[in-house]
Amino acid sequence: MNNLAQISEQRDFVVSSSSLKDVRSFSREVFEKVNIDQDLKDELVLAIAEAAQNIVKHAYQGEDTDDKMEIKISLENGNLEIGFFDKGRPVEKDKIRHRKIDDIKPGGLGTFFIQQIMDAVVFREGEKPWINHLILSKKIDY
Amino acid sequence: MSYKVTEEGGISIVHLDGEIDMDVTEKAKEIIMPLIEAKKEVHLNLKEVQYMDSSGISVLIESHQKATELGTKVILKDISKSVLKVIMMAKLEQILNLG
Repeated sequence: MNNLAQISEQRDFVVSSSSLKDVRSFSREVFEKVNIDQDLKDELVLAIAEAAQNIVKHAYQGEDTDDKMEIKISLENGNLEIGFFDKGRPVEKDKIRHRKIDDIKPGGLGTFFIQQIMDAVVFREGEKPWINHLILSKKIDY
Repeated sequence: MSYKVTEEGGISIVHLDGEIDMDVTEKAKEIIMPLIEAKKEVHLNLKEVQYMDSSGISVLIESHQKATELGTKVILKDISKSVLKVIMMAKLEQILNLG
């Protein structure tokens, strides 16, 4: 357990729904090293898994690929930053929105969860070789 | 995810176990939807579901809506703490049948 946590860990995953459990395992391993509340850890794992799922679903539209996505989790002085890098279709930032929460239908909840859990969600153009770079950030008290 | 289906007094009880994410939602639907289409009341026991993401929540919404359309119902039973938290985050606790 790390009370003065300074963490920077990254891992590559094949862009596939079957990688999502590995994404969660990686995230849980990283957050195990930080002295934060278990409920918050669970929420952060959910946000990371939802963002990874969006890459599979939207950047690659569920297509089979050997491409990898990279997830980097950094924590320094209470500033948590999670970076997602992929080589899928460029994200059209203007089209990203969660469905209205009172419009009850399947789908469109992942982005809502991410926004509920994180303080900020920023899309950037990825630096080569990446196409998309998503940054989720949150101030963490520990 | 693993599962077990039992019948009790005309009610189909589906016990789901494990983590429900995008990778297993089709399997979950294959288990649940035929029971609803047979117009059975379905109880989904979620006691052993340790993780559910937005894809899993979509299965719950789809099941609920299909059951309502066919004049039956899906009731969520023994909901684990982690699943209840996600249901509440989606503001669905008043929409889905929590038993």
